Amino acid sequence: MSDAHAPLETLPRSLKILLGAALLALAAFPFVGTDYYLQMVTRMMILAIFAMSLDLLQGVTGLVSLGHAAYFGVAGYALAFLTPPGEPVSLWWTLPAAVGASALLALIIGFLVVRTHGIYFIMVTMAFAQMVFYAFFDNKVLGGSDGLYINFKPEAVLFDLENKTVFYFFTLALMLLVYLFLRRLLWSPFGRALAGIRVNEHRMRALGYGTFNHKLAAFTLAGALAGLAGFLWGAQSGYVNPELMGFHMSAHVIMMVILGGMGNFAGAIVGAFSFEYLLHVFKDLPQVAGFHLGKHWQLWMGLFIVALVVLAPRGILGLLASLLKDKSEKQGTQP
Amino acid sequence: MTHAHSAHDLLLRANKITKQFGGLTAVNEVSVDLRKGEIHAVIGPNGAGKSTLTNLLTGDLPLTSGHVTLNGQDITGWTPEKISRHGMGRSYQKTNIFRSFSVWDNVRLSAQSRSQPMPFNPLAWLQQASHMADVNKRAERALELAGLQNRRQAMAGAASHGEQRQLEIAMTLATEPQVLLLDEPLAGMGLAEAESMVQLLLRLKPLHAMMLVEHDMDAVFALADQLTVMVNGQVIASGLPADVRANEGVQAAYLGEDH
Amino acid sequence: MDFVNFLIQLLNSVQYGLLLFMLAAGLTLIFGIMGVVNLAHGSFYMLGAYLAWSLAALTQSFTLAIILGTLLSVLFGLLLEWLLFRHFYKRDHLDQVLLTFGLIYVFEEMRSILWGDDVHGVTIPDVLSASIPLTETLSYPVYRLFMSGVCLLLALGLYLLISKTRLGMKIRAGAFNHEMTEALGVNIKLIHALVFAMGVGLATIAGMVAAPVSSVYPNMGSQVLIMCFVVVVIGGIGSVKGALIAALLVGLVDTFGKVLLPQVAGMLVYVLMAIVLLYKPEGLFKN
Repeated sequence: MSDAHAPLETLPRSLKILLGAALLALAAFPFVGTDYYLQMVTRMMILAIFAMSLDLLQGVTGLVSLGHAAYFGVAGYALAFLTPPGEPVSLWWTLPAAVGASALLALIIGFLVVRTHGIYFIMVTMAFAQMVFYAFFDNKVLGGSDGLYINFKPEAVLFDLENKTVFYFFTLALMLLVYLFLRRLLWSPFGRALAGIRVNEHRMRALGYGTFNHKLAAFTLAGALAGLAGFLWGAQSGYVNPELMGFHMSAHVIMMVILGGMGNFAGAIVGAFSFEYLLHVFKDLPQVAGFHLGKHWQLWMGLFIVALVVLAPRGILGLLASLLKDKSEKQGTQP
Repeated sequence: MTHAHSAHDLLLRANKITKQFGGLTAVNEVSVDLRKGEIHAVIGPNGAGKSTLTNLLTGDLPLTSGHVTLNGQDITGWTPEKISRHGMGRSYQKTNIFRSFSVWDNVRLSAQSRSQPMPFNPLAWLQQASHMADVNKRAERALELAGLQNRRQAMAGAASHGEQRQLEIAMTLATEPQVLLLDEPLAGMGLAEAESMVQLLLRLKPLHAMMLVEHDMDAVFALADQLTVMVNGQVIASGLPADVRANEGVQAAYLGEDH
Repeated sequence: MDFVNFLIQLLNSVQYGLLLFMLAAGLTLIFGIMGVVNLAHGSFYMLGAYLAWSLAALTQSFTLAIILGTLLSVLFGLLLEWLLFRHFYKRDHLDQVLLTFGLIYVFEEMRSILWGDDVHGVTIPDVLSASIPLTETLSYPVYRLFMSGVCLLLALGLYLLISKTRLGMKIRAGAFNHEMTEALGVNIKLIHALVFAMGVGLATIAGMVAAPVSSVYPNMGSQVLIMCFVVVVIGGIGSVKGALIAALLVGLVDTFGKVLLPQVAGMLVYVLMAIVLLYKPEGLFKN
């Protein structure tokens, strides 16, 4: 990948302070925000988990997957299939089951696609995701184009997920856990190998690394984490449909990761929040001289994406980092 | 310089290896022996097939015919990573480093390959790579051998050409191979740097079986215990450097040029 | 399945395959020669279909619509190439993916603003609206044969251009080595623009010619794009021959699959792709 995407693996201290403050704000939010915004921020956090899972694949390992949404959607559907129409189901086994389903799908598809490189990889990940999409879209048994409803949030016994604030904090906790786990993984021997594969896969092989297995493991883990997000999405919204696995969803999550800045997971969170917020802004645009700006939000989003690619390839965090320019910070130190 | 050859010393044997690309035979029934404690230089004009030969030995290119044996094991058809793990190290003519990592990280990552846990092992995802003592030790040693201790923090892509060539070697050494295939290690180096590199190669000689592809004839005749000359994919002479030098066919084909 | 039905399905397979080829050829050429992936390639197909609909209504002549429509699209394609794409030949695949995805959004909205969101039909011109009787009850539409004919003609033209003309030689040389070709005095920028225009033209004509059969509707580009990608992956990037063979294969598998195994028909093409990937990850005919 080009230098324009050289990831910010190590965050400058000032940026870390900013992010810490943001975390505090998130924790305090339920006590000041309305129900509507609570739901919105919960959704943003779920998408943040989704984006972080892609960042592992894209930002760290350098694999551009255009079909990551398949693993997101499958977990949501798993919850839908496991939840009976009349009563809730236990969180404690459905969560691992849904994540496991996504992981298994990622393992199978990964085994087929990880052997390809460059543009082939992009195309085949997209193709297999579309296959999954059509499998659900065309089959009434799997819900068809109408999708499926999840009438009850999963039962946790220890806490009540039907309570929106509880669900919010549950999601926040998971988002934090995923972030910390991935940061740890980034500096593990596995994570270092993935970074090496991104920078120079050929040399990694010459040095004795089994790069196929490493990429497959990354692909599977990324799929599993996407599944975690998908499970939460299904639980929160109570509804899943094939669009969750579709091309647009896959492209959106790529955008989130790019927007925030790749390779450090914090960028993925920032990107998810920013992208969702932007989407709301575009959709809520007013009518001007008889032309409904909000209805054509895709146009503004499209132009924004084009502008982003042309002007700010390292995303928001990249821009911030160069603006803050923490000169005292040395490259190579760990957080 | 004569050496008593014994079977123990033979670490790599390429037996009549051939590589054909469609109608073109790039390497034609070439045999090479690499023994521990010896530097075997391979020379020849551009396009002679020296790079192809190297790539055949490392597994980067599949052989059309012939066999390669490493440490007594037939490695024909093995993947590059498997061959590397079996004791082969290779440095590149065109510097092939991790440009966006520091010099230390380059060498550390290279050394890490010998201690790499299975990628699907979740416990390994929680380890700290920088705390792996055996990896750090191997990396430190390779760094010192290549003389780069004082440049460990430099970004590899920003280092000087000579330093990058040193890093090339350091990375190859960090995996502690028994066989070293060195592709033009002196390429683009100034006089002082080249002299350091020659000294390094001499220090490495007793512990490794080395194949050296080089154009620098002074270095070749200073280092080589065995010399093979390739032209158009074929070996036209092979043996002790003094004998090869005297070979009229070789003089006509290659050594007659000024250096 | 009796012979007549088999023949009908075979003809349908070839027609679908040739249509896919038109799109895949452009995509594989543009990628093979300029190294740029264009997710918005399907948008040109859609543009073709919509132009066919509105120009046919405007001029009352299908032929005129096709000529005009192709001209307009090629001009549009050239403008895009000059404005955006040529600056992305050297950039990351990721950047290209993003750029072209953004373009998909923009094109879909422009389509919505210019032509609305309804589904439209395009009438087959009278001269092509007949059907060839095969049995007492079954007949095959002439128009579908016309579609195959057009695609075949263009395929032949492409083959002749690439392998028999000097321009084709320059194009192939450019794919092999930009700097060298430029040094030899070939205007590489012009070559790139031409190749891009060709790709756009092929996709547009495919859309126009298919419009009467497939109807004209929003998002028609994305659906065909996926099949296009599958064809390019199976055939091998940069190989026009590979694209043709792969497209025909996909046409056969998809058409016969829908008839013989309808429940899994949608998946069959991907299974085919998976099998190819296992044995030839870089396609059947790697360039």
